[in-house]
Amino acid sequence: MLQLITFSTLNGVLYGMLLFMMASGLTLIFSMMGVLNFAHSSFYMLGAYFGFEISRRTGFWPGLVLAPLMVGAIGALVERYGLRHLHRRGHVSELLFTFGLAFVIEELVQMVWGKLPVDYRVPSQLDFVAFRLFDTTYPAYRVFMLLVAIAMFAALLAVLTRTRVGLIIQAALTHPNMVAMLGHDVPKIFMLVFGAGAGLAGLAGVIAGPALVTQPAMASLLGPILFVAIVVGGLGSLTGAFVASLLIGLVQTFAVAMNFSLAEVFGSVAPPFLGDLWKVTIAELAPVMPYLLLVLVLIFRPTGLMGRRES
Amino acid sequence: MNAALSLLDLRKNFGPVQIIRGVSLDIDEGERHAIIGPNGAGKSTLFNLVSGRIRPSSGEVRLHGQPITGLSPFEINRRGLSRSFQITNIFPKMSVEENLRCAALWSLGYKYAFWTSIERLSDVCERAEWLMGRVGLTARRHVPAGVLSYAEQRALEIGVTIGGSADVVLLDEPTAGMNSGETEQAVALIRKMTQGKTLVMVEHDMGVVFSLADRISVLVYGQIIASDTPERIRENPAVREAYLGQAVS
Amino acid sequence: MTARLSALGPWLTFAVILAAAPRVFPSATALTMMSLMGVMIIFALSYNMLLGQTGLLSFGHAVYYGLGGFVAIHTMNAVIHNKLGVSVPIIPLVGGLAGLAFGALFGLVSTRRAGIVFSMISLGLGELVSSSSFILRTFFGGEEGITTNRSKLAPFFGHKFGPQLEVYYLIAVWCFFCVLAMYAVTRTPFGRMCNAVRENPERVEFVGYSPRMVRLIAFCFAAFFAGIAGGLAAISFEIVNAQQLGAQQSSLVLLMAYIGGVGSFAGPIVGAVIITFLQIMLSDVTSAWQLYFGLMFIAVVMFAPEGVVGWTMLHLRALRGGGAWRLAPAYVAVGPALAASGLGAIMIIELANRQLAEARSEGSAMRLFGFDVDASTPPPWIVAVALFAAGTVLVLRLWPRVGDAWGAVNARLHFRGEG
Repeated sequence: MLQLITFSTLNGVLYGMLLFMMASGLTLIFSMMGVLNFAHSSFYMLGAYFGFEISRRTGFWPGLVLAPLMVGAIGALVERYGLRHLHRRGHVSELLFTFGLAFVIEELVQMVWGKLPVDYRVPSQLDFVAFRLFDTTYPAYRVFMLLVAIAMFAALLAVLTRTRVGLIIQAALTHPNMVAMLGHDVPKIFMLVFGAGAGLAGLAGVIAGPALVTQPAMASLLGPILFVAIVVGGLGSLTGAFVASLLIGLVQTFAVAMNFSLAEVFGSVAPPFLGDLWKVTIAELAPVMPYLLLVLVLIFRPTGLMGRRES
Repeated sequence: MNAALSLLDLRKNFGPVQIIRGVSLDIDEGERHAIIGPNGAGKSTLFNLVSGRIRPSSGEVRLHGQPITGLSPFEINRRGLSRSFQITNIFPKMSVEENLRCAALWSLGYKYAFWTSIERLSDVCERAEWLMGRVGLTARRHVPAGVLSYAEQRALEIGVTIGGSADVVLLDEPTAGMNSGETEQAVALIRKMTQGKTLVMVEHDMGVVFSLADRISVLVYGQIIASDTPERIRENPAVREAYLGQAVS
Repeated sequence: MTARLSALGPWLTFAVILAAAPRVFPSATALTMMSLMGVMIIFALSYNMLLGQTGLLSFGHAVYYGLGGFVAIHTMNAVIHNKLGVSVPIIPLVGGLAGLAFGALFGLVSTRRAGIVFSMISLGLGELVSSSSFILRTFFGGEEGITTNRSKLAPFFGHKFGPQLEVYYLIAVWCFFCVLAMYAVTRTPFGRMCNAVRENPERVEFVGYSPRMVRLIAFCFAAFFAGIAGGLAAISFEIVNAQQLGAQQSSLVLLMAYIGGVGSFAGPIVGAVIITFLQIMLSDVTSAWQLYFGLMFIAVVMFAPEGVVGWTMLHLRALRGGGAWRLAPAYVAVGPALAASGLGAIMIIELANRQLAEARSEGSAMRLFGFDVDASTPPPWIVAVALFAAGTVLVLRLWPRVGDAWGAVNARLHFRGEG
């Protein structure tokens, strides 16, 4: 039991951190530009695939650096040549653009790499057991993922609070017009933020690829959960996104570990209207958990856990 | 006499900043009341508190003796209070005629009716016609509201505000941005349209205030420093110092 | 009298087209396609009650289409199993009522917020229902879905709806009345207030209406008609599976409404017809058809957000107001460049598709616009890239002419008082 709890907590936190790596970029982009980037999980997917290609040719480690940069560059280009023209038309146009983009990226990935998962492997340097606890081993690669996530947050926090660029970005988060009048190139900052957000999502993809399955559906599997995380956390709140990501990560991981059903607990005679629900295990319900969480939060706290009352 | 609108020690803080610091005011039925004050005094915030756009931090608002504090704007509107906005707030893609019809619908009892065409509702169409005539926009009936000139939009705004059956009308700087000719027309329109109703308005144009208002309240730093007839406000030394300045008309 | 006739005109034309279509296109493929178009017209119009009319962008509308279909098909099976005297034409109503019920239930949660949050909620709910379909296997039938046999229901005036032609006419009748009903709603006080909520929810409150209530009722209506479409689809295809309520189906209806044009009532009708046609025809021609859909969508979002119908109306206004001839030289200049650019893009996509996706299974030889080419050799690529590059550069250089021409046209229209 303790073993189950420990490992589920470890894995849940890891999953939550991965989600937050993406949710943070998404929240920054949304807070700053008002754009909800539907293609964010597509950037994650591109990171994984680019990492895979680079690791095939030159190894995992160059990929760790290059892939996020490539994805970031693509993000910046998308902002410069696509989104920028739609700013004046309103947020719905921007949302629809990123929606179409997500669609197109998924099709392109399918075309280039095929519909089946690709063999993106954990690098041999990290392919060992990190520690042993209660008879079960914990892979070193997962520890590595956790370390990368933590390092990323530390770096993000440092950049935002201690560098000049970071301070300008913080200011532009709430007063973009004022920042523009002070002489800063706000469009360029937007491009930077969007590119950085994309790059972060790409980084999440590079490290998650070997651990989770790298396949064309990975964007559409993770995308909705990502949006649930930021709505549950409260749109525009970074802390809310953090809490919500961890919550979803832990809930889903614990659910998967709980491989029993109501039938096993209460006996196999199901009450008349529950039918299938009686026999299904909590583990099978795991994919639905984030959305149940969304509905619950919306009923009791419509602005999200940490959201402010916004229009 | 029961006051049409009563504000009882109304306060509003935004975080540590106190915008409205205890405003108490009684406005009688049929009275025309103006609220003046320097910029940043909190006049728009006061309107927002009364019309339900924001909640007060403490204090009460009563409409015809009934408390309306904390109700949502549409609930307050249904009880007979209507307001206009400083920045024109109409339905830009709908025509003048459609704007006015929308304004008349609820008060004529049609609610969410989805079973009859709006063209067949003669009372709605007649009321919209009447409003259009009053605000002088009959010739522009099919023009999308967003395309109208500024003064026309302000006139439409007044029409939409009075379109329902509200008997307490709040007008937020109705003549803002108008030249003297347009202002004169607007004042005449307001006088006509608020005949028999209670009017509360925020205004900067002293000419408008002194020609329309029965009583004036002066709001400075979130508090009312004086509330009296126009002549006595003109003479009031505190008001002169705070707002009107020595050179006053 | 003439006013009433001209109002009836489009409806009569619509009815005639619906009735005569199978005579003009009698083949089996055409009949299936037209049946699907009828269903999609209802579905896309129901979607536009949310997007175009009330300003609610939903990413999960297929839930009501799918659930309507599932309830309809289970009802059909129950009727068959218990030998009840219910015949096929009433089944879509069952689907509609199911859609309405779920719409009311989910709408209570969804419509509390508007804007982007509403969109995200719709996405989450869509995924919730979609994921649940693998858990509740008896209702959703797992991967295979639920099947039925429509000709086993009680006959309707002697018709058992076995042949596709009879199903087509059933769909056509339902389509006509649904379109009529949805149009009628737009002209009611409720319909007007939906538009008002779309434009200025705050002002709506200050004329006495609760925007939340308006949205909820609109949501229920949209779900009702989506459920009817789902029921008709269940009858036509005799199978319903989880795909019908998934993200792809939701994306498809968004595509249809948007490409047709959300700003007018007829937009989604046109969009449904075009997209259904392309979906069936294009998938025969190339396996990259979904990529084309995505690119088309992006192109419409960026360059023609008013959609096909909106774009046509812009041009009709220009024609009526005079001065449309000004557009001709600009279009003639830009046209070939645009065509070259488009052609080049298509060539690149097809070559890439062949080379990357299909080379291993089908070899790299292919037919491109009537020419036999080998996708693994340089020449076709060089031609494609050159065409695309040249075309795009020319378009970018010549586009200002189009902008100028439209500027002149708009000035003329404004001068004439048409805004």
